[in-house]
Amino acid sequence: MSEKRIQWFKFSSPGNFFALVEKLLPWLWTTALITTALGLYIGFFVAPVDYQQGNSYRIMFIHVPAAWMSMFIYLVMAVYAFITLVWRIKMADVLAASLAPTGALFTFAALWTGALWGRPTWGAYWVWDARLTSELLLLFLYLGYMALHAAIPDRQRASRAASLLALVGVVNLPIIYFSVKWWNTLHQGASVSVSKGASMDSSMLAAMLLLSLACWMYAIAVSLTRAQAETLDRERGATWASSLAAAQAAELDEDLETTSEGVPVQHTW
Amino acid sequence: MSVMEFLAMGGHGPYIWGSYGVMALLMVIEARQVIARKRKALSLQHAAGHGGRS
Repeated sequence: MSEKRIQWFKFSSPGNFFALVEKLLPWLWTTALITTALGLYIGFFVAPVDYQQGNSYRIMFIHVPAAWMSMFIYLVMAVYAFITLVWRIKMADVLAASLAPTGALFTFAALWTGALWGRPTWGAYWVWDARLTSELLLLFLYLGYMALHAAIPDRQRASRAASLLALVGVVNLPIIYFSVKWWNTLHQGASVSVSKGASMDSSMLAAMLLLSLACWMYAIAVSLTRAQAETLDRERGATWASSLAAAQAAELDEDLETTSEGVPVQHTW
Repeated sequence: MSVMEFLAMGGHGPYIWGSYGVMALLMVIEARQVIARKRKALSLQHAAGHGGRS
C-alpha cells in the first residue's frame, strides 16, 4: 500500500525539485507559446469590433489575465510564506521569493494596460477608485517583499520579515476582488463569473481565456526557472548540485561539433 | 483590411500597441534575465565543483 503513495515531501529537497522542473519546462513554454499565438489570433482576427468601445476593448485580452495573475500569484506566494513561517521549509521560501518579481510584473502590466484602456474609454489614465488603488497597493506589497529579501543580510531574518509582510498583505486580495461590488467605482463590474457565466461574445471570452492560460504557463515557467537559479545559489557546493553541473557539462561536451580537421567548434552563448 | 488599417485600430492603435508592446517587452526581458541567471548559476556551480570539493 505505502509504495503507491506519492512521496510529496521529496520535492522539498532541492535536487529533486531541480530535476522535476527541468522535465516540466519544455511543456510549460510550448503551451505558453501555442496559447499565446491562438489567443492573439482570435483576439485580433476573430473577435468583432465592440459597438461601444470600438477596438480599445482588445486591451482586455491582456489586462484581465495580467490582473488575475497579479492576484493569484500573490495568493500562492502568501501560502508559501505561511509554510516558511510555520514549518521553516527552505524550498517554500525559495518559491515565494521566486514568485514575487513575476507577480510584480503582472501587477504593473495590469495597471499600465488598464491606464491605456481607461484613457480612450473613460477619459482618464488613472482615478483613485477602490480597485485601482488596491491594485497599486498590491504592487507596493510585491516590491516591499522583494526589498525585504534584498535588504536584510541574514537570510533567515529576511525570509521571516518578508513572509510576514506577504501574509499581512493578503487582506488586500478580497479588497481588490470585491471592490467593484462594495463601492461605487469607475472600474466596471465582473463580466466573467463562475456562477453566472460570461456576459461577452464567445470569441472575446475564448481569446481572454487562452491568453490567461498563456500568462499562467509563462508565470510558472519563469518563476520555476528563477527558483532553480535561487536553489543553485543557495546550495552551491552541495553534492546534488555538483553532480548536476558535471552532468550538464558532459552533455555540452558531447554536443560539441568538430570541423573537418577534428578541431572543436566554439559556440558563444 | 489593409495593414495600415489594422495598425491604426480605428484610432486606438497607440493605446492597444502601447499595451501589448510593453507587456511583451517586459515578459521577454524577464524570461531572458531569468534564463541567463540560471545559466550563470550552473556555470558557477561547475566551477565550484572543479575547484572545490568533489
